Amino acid sequence: MRGGNSSAKVFLLHIAVIGILFALNFILPEYHHGVLARVMVLSVVAMGYNMLFGYAGLLSLGHAMFFAAGLYGAGLTAYHFGWAMPAAFAAGLVSGAVLSLAIGLLALRTTGVAFMIVTMMFAQVCYLLTFYFSEWTRGDDGLVLGQETRRLFIGDFYLDLTHPATRYMAALALFSVVLLITLFIVRSAHGRVLVAIRENEERTKMLGYDTFANKLVAVVVSGVICASAGAAYALLFGYVGSSFASVQYSILPLLWVLLGGAATTLGPFVGALFMYYVVDITSSYTSAYLLIVGVALILLVLYFPKGILGTIRERWIRWLP
Amino acid sequence: MAFGPHLLLAALEGLVTSAVLALMALGLSLVFGVMRVVNVAHGEFFMLGAVLAWWIASLVTGHPAIGFLLALVISPLIVGAVALVAERLVLRRLNYNPEATIVATIGMLYIIQQLALTFYGPQARPVDAPFTYRILFPWFGYSGYKLSIIAASIVLLTATWFVLTRTKIGLVMRATQYDSETAQAFGIPVDRVYAGVFALGAMLAAIAAVLIVPITQAHYLMGMDPLLLSFIVVIIGGLGSLRGTVVAAVLIGLSDGIISAFFSPTLAKIIATLLVAMVLVFRPQGLFGTASR
Repeated sequence: MRGGNSSAKVFLLHIAVIGILFALNFILPEYHHGVLARVMVLSVVAMGYNMLFGYAGLLSLGHAMFFAAGLYGAGLTAYHFGWAMPAAFAAGLVSGAVLSLAIGLLALRTTGVAFMIVTMMFAQVCYLLTFYFSEWTRGDDGLVLGQETRRLFIGDFYLDLTHPATRYMAALALFSVVLLITLFIVRSAHGRVLVAIRENEERTKMLGYDTFANKLVAVVVSGVICASAGAAYALLFGYVGSSFASVQYSILPLLWVLLGGAATTLGPFVGALFMYYVVDITSSYTSAYLLIVGVALILLVLYFPKGILGTIRERWIRWLP
Repeated sequence: MAFGPHLLLAALEGLVTSAVLALMALGLSLVFGVMRVVNVAHGEFFMLGAVLAWWIASLVTGHPAIGFLLALVISPLIVGAVALVAERLVLRRLNYNPEATIVATIGMLYIIQQLALTFYGPQARPVDAPFTYRILFPWFGYSGYKLSIIAASIVLLTATWFVLTRTKIGLVMRATQYDSETAQAFGIPVDRVYAGVFALGAMLAAIAAVLIVPITQAHYLMGMDPLLLSFIVVIIGGLGSLRGTVVAAVLIGLSDGIISAFFSPTLAKIIATLLVAMVLVFRPQGLFGTASR
């Protein structure tokens, strides 16, 4: 299964997915073009979530805080200090790294149900903080980043990220980088240790692996990936608000990953894309989209716990990463 | 108002919160203790209880007490039935796997919330209190109904304690909590105990909601804050411990009442949530609980 042949197939598959997404930029109608750009950014959150939940087996209910860390890290520095795009994006990544390191050091002392509740509570604290500092964040109303802050200067030449095609390409660039990074991580020694921890932590510890350090790395990697999506969301779509830190944005990545297939590299994207269109299509019939999310969650855990790509891998394509 | 009376008022408000919180947290704690299920939909059972109370009271004409008492009986029964169906259809099929049940109860949360929004609407609606007698303190008048909530809660908590420790039903429940496999081997219908406990937990939340709805009004989003507070209470009190739950509810309710009377409520929530997360990290068995087996 791990032969050179399947490595080549895996690599080609991911390149092909990125290639198709690149080609879609030129043929998609305007509406779906915009949707896909958004879905690519959101599925980066799901990929970050998948690192922790799918591979390391740690179910967090607080990933909205990492997304929000990136969102506010980039948004606040760009809005209040007028930082240029690369600096603001880096600020988002740094705040995600710092937050996830702190949360990881604390929350990883717990396991199982306690881990879920602790992460949920830390995320709730972060959500409330965005209201407490509403002088800076404007709470629910949020901040809107103007067009002039969303330009990427390269010498005298600049890229305008409010332009749909540029925005799509920026989203695709982030998506591709993160996809290849996750592919690399899950095929590395560290990735295998994470899977071993998920399957049997005691045994992994007994084999001499430092499980705490491995899990901590996973939390930070997962947090930074989610923060990169948050920072990109702020800069690409120009809106920074408290609702992105709410518990709903912790649940949605879980739903996307479950739907697409936990512990598959492409599952998060498939899940996010599928769910986005399900909500989009049903919302033309009913406003009750939370109902769909709820029913989907229950049906998934009841009948389809491996998700779309997880099932495909189990039944047909064994080499799917 | 001078500081002393102000503090008394804040403490009374806090005690009313504690009374309701204790009932609701007790439901959450029972479900977790016996079934090892973290019921994230618990707050929605609370909300459902309040919304149904408004609906029942609005159907009845005449003295408000009639509608209120009817609601106090019927609303928990309906909520219990809903919980029973949910348990049979979903939780049992998941084999009570802790992680899967959390995801499933999150699903229930969204479904109940959305159905309430669709059929009940986004408005907040009050239920008339059964009586409006005011008790006059030297400094301020205080609603007699609020004090009766505290009394009702004490009666219900005592009754639950009595059932748990002094009756056959309680014995069966404790046996299931202690070791469900051995209980099964001794002929206890563990499956039915689980269904009953889940329904009972939801009914306690619904009763708490009916008691509080004359003060706060029924609204489809009202379940979220009590859910978090109940989590806090259950964690501080030690998961599955009745005495710890009651002590923690009084502690949290009082401090919530007093802190939010004198400081910013958002800050109070931030500090409380952070403290509880720290308790869970550094003392997972709770402040009053003993170490888990």
